[in-house]
Amino acid sequence: MSVLTVEGLTVEYVTGDRPVRACDDVSFELRRGEILGVAGESGSGKSTLITALTRLQRPPAVTTAGRIEFHGTDLVGLAPDQLRKLRWTSLAIVLQSAMDALNPVMRVGAQFVDVLRTHDKTLNSKAAWARAAELLGMVGISADRVRAYPHELSGGMRQRASIALALACGPELVVMDEPTTAVDVVMQRQILAQVLRLRKELGFAVVFVTHDLSLLLELADRIAIMYGGRIVEIGTAESLYTKPRHPYTRGLRDSFPPLRSELRTLTGIPGSPPDLRDPPPGCAFHPRCPDRFDGCDQQRPGLVTIEDHAVACRLYPSGDDQS
Amino acid sequence: MLTVLTVLTVRWAFLARRLGFYLAAAAAAIGLNFLLPRLMPGDPSSAIVEELERVSGQQVPAETLLSIRAIFGNPHANLAQQFADYLRQLSHGDLGVSVVNFPVPVADLVWQALPWTLLLVGTTTVTAFAIGTLLGVVAGWKAGSRLDAILTPFTTFLSSVPYFWVALLALWVFGFVLGWTPLSGGYDADLPQGFSLAYAGSVLHHGVLPAATIVFSAFGGWLLGMRNMTVTTVREDYVLLAQAKGLSPRRVMFRYAARNAMLPSFTGFAMALGGVVGGALLTEIVFSYPGIGYLLYEALQKRDYPMMQGVFLLITLAVLLANLVADLAYVLLDPRIRARG
Repeated sequence: MSVLTVEGLTVEYVTGDRPVRACDDVSFELRRGEILGVAGESGSGKSTLITALTRLQRPPAVTTAGRIEFHGTDLVGLAPDQLRKLRWTSLAIVLQSAMDALNPVMRVGAQFVDVLRTHDKTLNSKAAWARAAELLGMVGISADRVRAYPHELSGGMRQRASIALALACGPELVVMDEPTTAVDVVMQRQILAQVLRLRKELGFAVVFVTHDLSLLLELADRIAIMYGGRIVEIGTAESLYTKPRHPYTRGLRDSFPPLRSELRTLTGIPGSPPDLRDPPPGCAFHPRCPDRFDGCDQQRPGLVTIEDHAVACRLYPSGDDQS
Repeated sequence: MLTVLTVLTVRWAFLARRLGFYLAAAAAAIGLNFLLPRLMPGDPSSAIVEELERVSGQQVPAETLLSIRAIFGNPHANLAQQFADYLRQLSHGDLGVSVVNFPVPVADLVWQALPWTLLLVGTTTVTAFAIGTLLGVVAGWKAGSRLDAILTPFTTFLSSVPYFWVALLALWVFGFVLGWTPLSGGYDADLPQGFSLAYAGSVLHHGVLPAATIVFSAFGGWLLGMRNMTVTTVREDYVLLAQAKGLSPRRVMFRYAARNAMLPSFTGFAMALGGVVGGALLTEIVFSYPGIGYLLYEALQKRDYPMMQGVFLLITLAVLLANLVADLAYVLLDPRIRARG
């Protein structure tokens, strides 16, 4: 059963004389309790996707097309009051830097209490504080830290606290924006293990956005690769790793050492990501693509499903090339 | 338990350090007040005594002479002895005798003027801060909205108009042309002073125009500062997260954005409170309002040195006190300060 269905989501930044399309015709589905990883370089549109999914985008970003269906309700165009009721009870978010995501002048516990009591009017203050301590305990933070201020916690604690905060109202979907980039590798391991354990216990689904594909291979059930604002390949973590079809996915995979097999020669991807203000014609990846051939700079390939995963590349032709 | 103790120790150490600093600053201020007249060329106390005798036409009494010498220097005594005398005078609240209003002690005049200044400048400073900050939050929250597009340029214009001009114009229009408000003074001299309804009414009637001009020209500064800080704060991740939490817009705006955005404004506000005691010099001059500012103005005009000295000391101590209170309040407002000390 799917929790979230995204169809043809297009987000543009309306500045200057020409709008910049940072998310272009993005579609995917998320099943209950599933972890979908979204990987891409800086400027691939993954941050734009997050703010669009959570309806937190601010001008000049505008969702110009598409639907975000959450249990059959389209979040695009939902009235602010309706949306507020869904927030945190159904749809929560963990931001990249927990240092900046927690209000520096409020006690950590108070930032749990306000959201708990906003969404459950019957909850009294004492019970809410107790619940906050319980939630912190869930991520291994002792209950007496509930009265601490954010600056009194370590970086790792703050990040775990913001994960606990996201789970406060029992959401079905948690969007995570590179929640482990600001912490060291050991803490990163711990946090990911905790996310997996909590997902098992509580059954929420996750959209996990990162530039780190190796991390997703361990964590995610399925992975979507973004390039130039579009999903260029999407499939199970397993098949994406063993049988990457898009030349870009292959380049990403080969740019970090394998986790469990023998070392192979590491190669990077030459060139830099496309300038979205002036995207290349045809396939956005063609200027950097080692396998390009005639027509790649004119025709933009759509997603084609082959066996267990979908890819948008002219190496795998379909009838509906867009020119 | 250990952490609680540590936090407490850190907090007390912080308070003790600040308190020590302000005590030292106050001592320095008193020392300067003692030294300055003694550094003046000639012999200020003799000059003051001569002036007193000229104004009053009689011999200055012996104890007045002692008091003047304690405060302005005795050419015949040594400095340490003089400082001891000076401190003894101060500890009795003796600031000397006013030259202009001989033989009324300076302290009496200051205590008479102080309530007027506190009433007028105190309430208007708080009002201007409250109005400016509130409007600033609203304008900054929806930067670029119609409200912001009208309010912000308008207040920028307001802040650049000289205050005395606004005050004179208001006095001319409302006091002279329309005759709605009295032209000068702080109360109706025909009424007996005291807690009567008529007297309170006359105080209000005299105070409303000076108060309005102060609020009118002061709130714009607070508004602009708060608006700009809010614009920056709204982009912070914690405000985004507060919205993602589905909190009410009002809660996000005040508890998350404004609460953080007002921290710099608050420092300015504390400074302004310290300045209250000095009075609104221009306001009190334009409206002949019987406060500290007017007192200082008169003293300056008539070279009433004892009066100036007394007022300066009072202003200095008030500013220090306000800063101390601000420091302590800041500790409550921003928990990060405690950690840094």
